[in-house]
Amino acid sequence: MTDMLSTDHQASIERTKLIRAGLRKRHLSENIFKSLGLAAIVVALGFVALLFVDIVRKGAPAFTQSNVHLSVTFDPAIIDVEPAPVRADGQSDADFQAANLKWQRDLAMLNWNKVIEASLRAAAPAGFEIDSKDLLAIAETDARHQVRAQFVADPSLLGKTVEVDVLASANAQNWIKGNIDRSLGDAQQQLSAPARALIDEMVATGAITNGFAWSIFTNVDSRSAPASAGLLGAFVGTLWMMLIVIVLAVPIGVAAAVYLEEFAPKSRLTDLIEVNINNLAAVPSIVFGLLGAAAFINYMHLPISAPLVGGLVLTLMTLPTIIIATRGALLGVSPALRQAALGMGASKTQMVFHHVLPVTFPSILTATILGVAHALGETAPLLLIGMKAFVAAVPATPLDQATALPVQIYLWQGNENRNFFEPRTAAAIMVLLLVMIMLNGVAIYLRSRLEKRA
Amino acid sequence: MNSLIIAGMLLVLLGLAYQSGWARSRSLATANGVKVHSRPQYHGSYVAIWTLVPTIVIVILWAWLGDGITHNFIVSQIPVETVQSLDQVGLNATIARIKSLASGYGVAGEVLPYEQTAGDALRSFQFITFLVVIVAAAVAGVAALLYARSRITARLRARNAVERVINIALLACSAVAILTTVGIVASLVSEAYKFFTFIHPIDFFFGTVWNPSFSSTGGGAHGQYGLLPLLAGTLMITLIAMLVAVPVGLMAAIHLSQYAHHNFRAVAKPIIEILAGIPTIVFGFFALVTVGPFLRDVGGFIGLDIKATSALTAGVVMGIMIIPFVSSLSDDILNQVPRTLRDGAYGLGATKSETIRNVLLPAALPGIVGAFLLAVSRAVGETMIVVLAAGNSPVLRGNPFEPVATITVSIVNQLTGDSDFAGPQSLVAFALGLTLFVITLCLNVFALYIVRRFREQYE
Repeated sequence: MTDMLSTDHQASIERTKLIRAGLRKRHLSENIFKSLGLAAIVVALGFVALLFVDIVRKGAPAFTQSNVHLSVTFDPAIIDVEPAPVRADGQSDADFQAANLKWQRDLAMLNWNKVIEASLRAAAPAGFEIDSKDLLAIAETDARHQVRAQFVADPSLLGKTVEVDVLASANAQNWIKGNIDRSLGDAQQQLSAPARALIDEMVATGAITNGFAWSIFTNVDSRSAPASAGLLGAFVGTLWMMLIVIVLAVPIGVAAAVYLEEFAPKSRLTDLIEVNINNLAAVPSIVFGLLGAAAFINYMHLPISAPLVGGLVLTLMTLPTIIIATRGALLGVSPALRQAALGMGASKTQMVFHHVLPVTFPSILTATILGVAHALGETAPLLLIGMKAFVAAVPATPLDQATALPVQIYLWQGNENRNFFEPRTAAAIMVLLLVMIMLNGVAIYLRSRLEKRA
Repeated sequence: MNSLIIAGMLLVLLGLAYQSGWARSRSLATANGVKVHSRPQYHGSYVAIWTLVPTIVIVILWAWLGDGITHNFIVSQIPVETVQSLDQVGLNATIARIKSLASGYGVAGEVLPYEQTAGDALRSFQFITFLVVIVAAAVAGVAALLYARSRITARLRARNAVERVINIALLACSAVAILTTVGIVASLVSEAYKFFTFIHPIDFFFGTVWNPSFSSTGGGAHGQYGLLPLLAGTLMITLIAMLVAVPVGLMAAIHLSQYAHHNFRAVAKPIIEILAGIPTIVFGFFALVTVGPFLRDVGGFIGLDIKATSALTAGVVMGIMIIPFVSSLSDDILNQVPRTLRDGAYGLGATKSETIRNVLLPAALPGIVGAFLLAVSRAVGETMIVVLAAGNSPVLRGNPFEPVATITVSIVNQLTGDSDFAGPQSLVAFALGLTLFVITLCLNVFALYIVRRFREQYE
């Protein structure tokens, strides 16, 4: 009897031990599973942090630029042209324009590099041995255009000396910022030894100083003068496209959503439209680019590289997003509101436009901003409609050649002068991300404000 | 300038029309004391719509035909023998000179007498035609206005008419979505068909060599356009991307929806979703300058030959990009599994992870598979990351450490925007686009079908 009891007891102890061991194992696996999940989140958050830190670390230096302070003398010995044409009586606009252009062409034929060279030599310490090619490598190649433009604007400068700030060349800036390894030998350096020594000397004397790189925001893209390449043209091109997207996509999208949600009879056709919109939202963006190339450019002969075409393509891409979001918002409006309106004798159209749609305004606004922000970063379709052409002008109308911010990033990352353009590309990315963050912030702020009021 | 005048005239006309309809309706109500069917706004809109239609038709007709008429007029003003002596370029230059004379800006150099007379004639012609158009439009508008106004009676169902117009406009807007799809399919199919007249479809779909030769346009040799290397590259990068995104995304979704404190969830979820909002060109740059060199160094450290731009680089970064896509879709789907299933498992003594692994995940599996398929479709159609980081080497091989090319990369390379769509070199982009479109469409339709079935199961 006691024997049996003790075996029973023994068995129960054994069982408890087994269960305890099993529980320990199960709890261990529970903890492992839980921490795996946490690890996944940490990894995902880590990627976000890494991405931003990496871009900012790479891009921040590009927001400073090195300026060379020069005393430029408009030497009549070099600037040897007739005085600027004055408009005669009875001369037609076109003739005056032609004379003026001829004068400017004559000016352009002059060797303005000599003016720059003289000023640079004046800025160098007396007796510094350097040949003119190395000397000119310090200032960016567009310095001569800058000085010439100054003279064209004010021909009375002939013979005078003025203080001018010009950009240091991309190679000089690489050297100053340390983008290029300073210990590399002469063969691997882009600047000659005297030029490098002179740059260091000028930095020490304050003839070269660093300042905020406004040129990124105020200049257009440039190939010959990489240091002066800026985002203005791309930015304006993007603005034109966003304007077109907003003007077209919002009314059409909202109208389509209102029709589908409120008016459409349940039929084959509306089912088809519905499936179609859902699929359209998931079509790869590059396919929209192909549509733009074939339909807008090849068939309708709209101009290549124009923000108009880009805007149309992005509109078609954004439409499904806005339609889907607006439909969701319409669906969320309480039936009581509709029935109250109908009960008071409003027609269906009045009910929708006077009562239902105003309530959904915050959601539609948010969806619009998010859709536009998404369209803002889209690159692939724009490449196919020719917006990756090099454009060195600010597009004045949506029909002019232009490029866009993300395409500018694509173009800059492919530039041969890697040392200089890698930071500049990262800086352009920072500008793009900043615009997107601002748009998203505005969307979040407006939504919270408007929803509180509603 | 002219278009501004026309727009201004149109606005004034519309305002007048609206006002007159409104006033007329008002006077009906006050004078006779009868009950008017529609409110004054509807009568105003009714008249405005009537006015708008003929005016717009005339303006559009002029915009459509005007240039041709002006051109013919200028040519008729140039002496016949001069026209015959000029070639197309010379004629266009002469026309441009005449136009700039007519605009009063003048031209540089000697003005020929016939140019001067043609310029003067053109100037008066332009003035007269503009006047004719604007007067015709205005007259048509006013006539329509008066007609519509005369129709206004107390019994006129203006509201119904206006609402019908609104309805038609709304329908037209929702038809844009259909037109987009039709446009995509039509342009892809027609251009791809042109491509297949150069290259046999079998050579395209089953060819193993991708070597489009740009050098020999017009000659017999067109190069080789085998799809398989590109397809293999696309699939390899997609596979790598999914290997990164699925474990991370799914585990993150499980943790966020089942374990995490709601405060943590409220912070972590939007931060992860930031990844979905970053433009892909940014990921491409990140892959090119940071991830690629890092992987190459790691490979060098452990003795593997990993290229900086390779399928691995592009795949890993694309995987990062899709993480939020996988995680938020899975999150939604996990939340849709009924609570009773979970509670039942807890009641039987299961731990949280056992419940998730043995109950939640099997129940949510169809939906999660659907989410994965949507993510695959995203990865297949992704362009900028692979353009920058995959290295563009269209060779059929199975090594993920080597550069590859994908369908999207080849589309971008073949169609640069300034090609004239004449040869297979640029047309192949449309055949590739068609392939891509069909692949992603099938994936999407299938995935949406699965997700919908799953939803119905628990509703």
